[in-house]
Amino acid sequence: MKIQLLLILVLFTNLKLLGSSRIGSSIRTVAIQGGLLGLLPFISEIDSLNWRVMVLTCGTIFLKGFVFTWLLFKAINTANVSREIQPFAGYVSSILYGIFALIVSFWLGRTLSIGRLADSSLIVSVSFFGIFSGLFLIVSRRRAISQVLGFLVLENGVFTFGAGVIKMTSLLVEVGILLDIFVALLVMGITVFRISQECEHIDTDKLSTLKD
Amino acid sequence: MVWFLIFIPFAFGICALLARRSSAQKYLLFTGALSHLILTIIVWRKPVAPSLWGWLDVDPAGLLFLTITSLLFFLVSIYQLGYFEDSESDADEDVDIIILSGIQMKSLFIGCQLFFLSAMTLVTLSQHLTLMWVAIEATTLTSAPLIFFHSNPRSLEATWKYIIICSVGIALALLGNFFLSIASIQADGKYLHLVFNNLIASADRINPQWLKAAFILIVVGYGTKMGLAPMHTWLPDAHSESPSPISALLSGALLNCAFLGVFRLYQICHRAGLESFSNDIMLVLGITSLAVAAIFILGQSDYKRLLAYSSVEHMGLLALGLGFGGAGIFGSMLHALNHSVTKAALFLISGILLINYRSKKVSDVKGIFTRSQLLGLLWLLGFLSISGSPPFGLFMSEIMIIKSGFDRGQFILASLSLGLLVIVFIGMATVCLNMVQSQGGENSKSATQIKLKPTMIYPPALLLIISLSLGVYIPNWMKELLSNIAK
Repeated sequence: MKIQLLLILVLFTNLKLLGSSRIGSSIRTVAIQGGLLGLLPFISEIDSLNWRVMVLTCGTIFLKGFVFTWLLFKAINTANVSREIQPFAGYVSSILYGIFALIVSFWLGRTLSIGRLADSSLIVSVSFFGIFSGLFLIVSRRRAISQVLGFLVLENGVFTFGAGVIKMTSLLVEVGILLDIFVALLVMGITVFRISQECEHIDTDKLSTLKD
Repeated sequence: MVWFLIFIPFAFGICALLARRSSAQKYLLFTGALSHLILTIIVWRKPVAPSLWGWLDVDPAGLLFLTITSLLFFLVSIYQLGYFEDSESDADEDVDIIILSGIQMKSLFIGCQLFFLSAMTLVTLSQHLTLMWVAIEATTLTSAPLIFFHSNPRSLEATWKYIIICSVGIALALLGNFFLSIASIQADGKYLHLVFNNLIASADRINPQWLKAAFILIVVGYGTKMGLAPMHTWLPDAHSESPSPISALLSGALLNCAFLGVFRLYQICHRAGLESFSNDIMLVLGITSLAVAAIFILGQSDYKRLLAYSSVEHMGLLALGLGFGGAGIFGSMLHALNHSVTKAALFLISGILLINYRSKKVSDVKGIFTRSQLLGLLWLLGFLSISGSPPFGLFMSEIMIIKSGFDRGQFILASLSLGLLVIVFIGMATVCLNMVQSQGGENSKSATQIKLKPTMIYPPALLLIISLSLGVYIPNWMKELLSNIAK
């Protein structure tokens, strides 16, 4: 029951992101989403808690909830750009896309049967919805920083699948994945910052000198 | 032993980050590369015990790509001894990057380069597929700062496309890995460990539906990194905008690492009885890559982009070799080796051209021969080699791949790829030959001679010699390794 509540909340954060017009509030929403997902392995394995789950839970909440938020805010503050998201696709069409993606995700969740893990249909749906939302955010938003957020949402979707359905394999690999995402965000943050310094904007549609 | 291979470059990388003196940084890079090469040779001489529950081990495919990576990195590190004196002077400025303030741009560059070597080594040694994913993502992240070394709007644009497109691709590959976990759930509810040998041994017990989905996601994900069309869009930008030694590493070593990821899944699919399914996907991606490369090579006006598109072409050939199967797999492995050696040589030479002509435009580079005969000769040999002319190694492996297509009854695809190779040859010939010849109107005496530094000219020359000798004679130990991979 608790796990379903958690998943529904994650789903709402994705819808909120699709309709949000301010970068600051989007970053906070992604932080909340990361924190909620950090609880996912904890709740789904509450009967058999061990130190692996504890490390994973604390690590995920710390990184996705706090460190990433701090890094992203630091990047937009130093880059000193306007806080408007300026999407290519308007907010209404974004939400409409979200509803369509939601229907597809639920259909996928029902269709994909995972052998013994039959109760996982909601997890699969929420995970796919995260992936679809992330991909849409990457292609439909102009600011480089929003694309970073889109990548995080996509990653969270994949993470939902891993943490919820498979109850992943081993601590080493999980920590490796988390570390990778952390460094990815760091490198993206640095690149956004450098772009803002060199080009005085972070609009990806203006990054179009290289072509054939 | 395996740990040393991974951690020695890493340790040197940390030292390089802290080093402030420019000469110290260069020699740290060189020493790190040299010790990595020595360790690789030791691995060749003496079998290594697996570590970390068999997650890290040296198998034939891994050993081939480890050797290529190590050799290229060593030669590039020699090249860089001379390269930095000529490249931009702004390299010494301090950069302020959010949390690490006051790091010299150049120490960041050298440090990341060594971390990059460490990450690529981990890719070749990982037997655990999710660990391999971690390593492949790490190669993207450690190489991104290398691409924006020049810090101009063009290189930043290339870096941005590289990070975003590859990260999205790789996130899909992670989902593919999770699907593979689901595919490996056994009747008793236990998971198989995603260790490569383990999966090969019990391939008949893997759920084919989920394995298919996993294969598609992983091929799309790692295929993005490998530069297979239509996921290749970042590649020409990143490979042409990064400093030339880095282009050589990206094309010669990194693309192979992604190819290794695809190859592992391909082998699992074959064992699980999904032979025709996985072959078809590789064929489609392979022929698309060849076609896209041929279109963009014709009439290309930027010689580094030309080389980048030629990488797309050769990655397409590797995919075709896997798609044809049989002797094609052997051909693909040989082709990967030949391509790495030749392409790295060409990018290193293009670095010398760029320093002397200060332009990437083909129309600005004329009469290499009149300015330096040796450089002109190397550029010409490099062109002959990369376009698969006999007696160079690429000719042999291309013939092997195409022939396996005819053997397998894929007449249309094999002849189509042959035709596309001819188009690529014509496209590259017009560009490369024009660059070598002097224009009629120009006075050849007035052209200033290019002074070649030995550190910069020997590495590409040596690579071309290797490429030539691989076409004439493949040593037995190499033949044995390649046939072990294709088994």
